[in-house]
Amino acid sequence: MANRINLLIIGFITGILNGLFGAGGGTIIVPFMVFLLGIEDHKAHATAISIILPLTVLSSIIYIKNGIFNFPTTLNVTLGSVIGGLLGAFLLNKVPIKYLRKLFGIIMIIASIRIWIIK
Amino acid sequence: MKLFIIGILAGIIGGMGIGGGTILIPGLTIFASVEQHLAQSVNLLSFIPTASIALLYHLKQKNIMTNIIFYIIISGLIGSFIGSYISIYINSYLLKKMFAMFLFIMGIYEIISKQKIGESKNEKTQNKKNKQEIQKK
Repeated sequence: MANRINLLIIGFITGILNGLFGAGGGTIIVPFMVFLLGIEDHKAHATAISIILPLTVLSSIIYIKNGIFNFPTTLNVTLGSVIGGLLGAFLLNKVPIKYLRKLFGIIMIIASIRIWIIK
Repeated sequence: MKLFIIGILAGIIGGMGIGGGTILIPGLTIFASVEQHLAQSVNLLSFIPTASIALLYHLKQKNIMTNIIFYIIISGLIGSFIGSYISIYINSYLLKKMFAMFLFIMGIYEIISKQKIGESKNEKTQNKKNKQEIQKK
């Protein structure tokens, strides 16, 4: 029972953040599953996609319904990200992810400060 | 063309499992002057095709823990509904500030916490090996 409540809480928090910021659901739910539910890393990543996909579809519908949608921008970025996604999956075992992760962590922090400062 | 390149870069990062969306949104707002709400919409939509392909692959490989996803998805959908409407009703300026805080925390997380996941996994396999060795003895 407690476990079921854990699952419901994890889903709810992930859903709110993913809907509010339009990103990050996968990054949030993987450690939840690994540390709270004891699921192995590889399966947690795969399971995260099966959870985030329906949440993203619902959020997308709500965003579009409220007029937050631009077809040309979305198409251009999506074409790029599909190609990039395949490249990324291909590069997965060929580059030192450990250091890349830290590098992108630093880039995210710099970007966050920049967004905070510039109005 | 700029949008396409930003998409490729974020896609590569996302494909490696390092939160491509979290970096795509600031990429769009900073380098392509896309409004915050729209950048979030673009990221949500661009996630769908790639994730669908990845999902089919993982279903075939039986990597999905289907026994736990039901409850997470149900409450997740309720959360998504609330989160999306909060996002829509707050102005771009406030959303940007909140996103900046979120991005900062995610950045720190990428630097620190992911490392621990790898380590704890190694510990587990290490423990298994130790147990097997003990059993052999």
